[in-house]
Amino acid sequence: MIFSKTLLRRHTVLPGFDLALGLTLTYLCLIVLIPLSATFLRSTELTWDQFVEVVTSPRVMASYKLTFGASMLAALLNGVFGLLVAWVLVRYDFFGRRFVDALVDLPFALPTAVAGITLTGLYSANGWIGQFLEPLGIKVAFTPVGVFVAMTFIGLPFVVRTVQPVLEDMASELEEAAATLGASRWQSFTKVILPILMPALLTGFALAFARALGEYGSIIFIAGNMPMVSEITPLLIITKLEQYDYAGATSIAVVMLVMSFIMLLAINGLQAWTRKRQGK
Amino acid sequence: MSASTVSAAVLPVPAAQKLAPPDVARATTEPVWVRRLLITLALLFLSLFLFVPLVSVFFEAFKKGWEVYVAAITEADAVSAIWLTLTAAVIAVPLNLVFGVSAAWAIAKFDFRGKSVLLTMIDLPFSVSPVIAGLIYVLVFGLQGWFGEWLMAHDMKVIFAVPGIVLATIFVTFPFVARELIPLMQAQGQEQEEAARVLGASGWQTFWKVTLPNVKWGLLYGVILCNARAMGEFGAVSVVSGHIRGQTNTLPLHIEILYNEYQFAASFAVASLLASLALVTLVLKYIVERRVHQQMAQAQQAGAAA
Repeated sequence: MIFSKTLLRRHTVLPGFDLALGLTLTYLCLIVLIPLSATFLRSTELTWDQFVEVVTSPRVMASYKLTFGASMLAALLNGVFGLLVAWVLVRYDFFGRRFVDALVDLPFALPTAVAGITLTGLYSANGWIGQFLEPLGIKVAFTPVGVFVAMTFIGLPFVVRTVQPVLEDMASELEEAAATLGASRWQSFTKVILPILMPALLTGFALAFARALGEYGSIIFIAGNMPMVSEITPLLIITKLEQYDYAGATSIAVVMLVMSFIMLLAINGLQAWTRKRQGK
Repeated sequence: MSASTVSAAVLPVPAAQKLAPPDVARATTEPVWVRRLLITLALLFLSLFLFVPLVSVFFEAFKKGWEVYVAAITEADAVSAIWLTLTAAVIAVPLNLVFGVSAAWAIAKFDFRGKSVLLTMIDLPFSVSPVIAGLIYVLVFGLQGWFGEWLMAHDMKVIFAVPGIVLATIFVTFPFVARELIPLMQAQGQEQEEAARVLGASGWQTFWKVTLPNVKWGLLYGVILCNARAMGEFGAVSVVSGHIRGQTNTLPLHIEILYNEYQFAASFAVASLLASLALVTLVLKYIVERRVHQQMAQAQQAGAAA
């Protein structure tokens, strides 16, 4: 009875609020909140100076640079091509459109380890794609470029799937009005369509970026994992754990968690903005 | 003779049709060459990043022939990995299903303080790196963890054992069902349930006979996504598993071990099992998605009419 007395804003004839919310909160605390808080509590075992020393050591700093930089570039590429793919899927009809539409979700459905070994195979020096890049002097597998490729793969559906529904709902009157008023097609796109898509586009970008930041499975196969060069931050956490350096692993995890929370808040804000723009 | 030809024969042609057709189409779409260019670019990008990798999994899996393939997936370690993967999914998916339904019931059918905070909390596992998802259970149940000594004293193992793998799987698949159900149930509102209650249905009757049929496709959709992730999770499970062959190795971890031992054909053979699962997931998702959209559209129409 406790929740319905204290939290409910208005009376309802529907039953089960206490049971449903009670179950939800218990499960949430047991599975997510209490274990997550362990990370923060364990990191306090170090003094502030020790903590700073761990999370700013050169090897860790190099991993941030790679993880953030590659995530940003991958999300940008997905922003451009995600918009293109969403546009083509919504606006044009072509052979195999439905098949392509369904295939876009592959990175969500394909386990990351499978993606990892597959991309590594494709981009290694004698792989299907790597053999064409090798003579050009481009090395992808076992370099930071490989990290970028894996992140692009796993982030691919986000922009498409956030932009697509907005584009589908967009009223054609707006473009017709723009055209009637003498706008060229390019002007309609940049001044009318793009501003409407912007919140969704940014949301998709942020989702792809956030996903890439934490990604592990698909990257470790293709990255080569050389310290200071192609070692991502999540891998450092595992390395420290394997050396039984719990405090070190936890400290880096706290930095990543804080980043994730900032991204989560940013994404929530962007989604609220999208809904407001959509008038829903 | 169709109705339109009759009317065309009888009635004078409307004036507008005699004029050149208005250039709406040209003003609101792109020239043919631009369209073709954009389609080509999009397809090139998708081929490079999606289609080619997908094909290559199966190509690499069968490269050394059918016998090597069958040997790789029927070998004892592979079979035990398949079992463990299925076990983890069979436990994690129903638990997250019950949680998802109860969270959606509370959030969609009631108006209460702190709802938006709860919604954000439910999304937390999606924004946390899988590696950290594994780490948090090591910190709680590991040897140096909160319950490490107690578990040791009672001869129980969570980390480097099956319970840890199940927990990590539950964590990474936590939001899937809730996330699909909440918007659908919110769009459907509570009038139908209220009507059922007023007409004398009990709470459970209302749930089983009114709510559940209304959300069944959304529920199925959430379960499909949840299951795909549960069977494919790598990072979180890798941290808590300990990689004991034949005991704590799931399919994705088995792929890694084979790959690191340079048994590429075997590794891709096992990978092709998971890739097939991904394809089945995509097909089911595609079929169910349309039903979910229908249910959603019906709910929104009903909402607009009311």
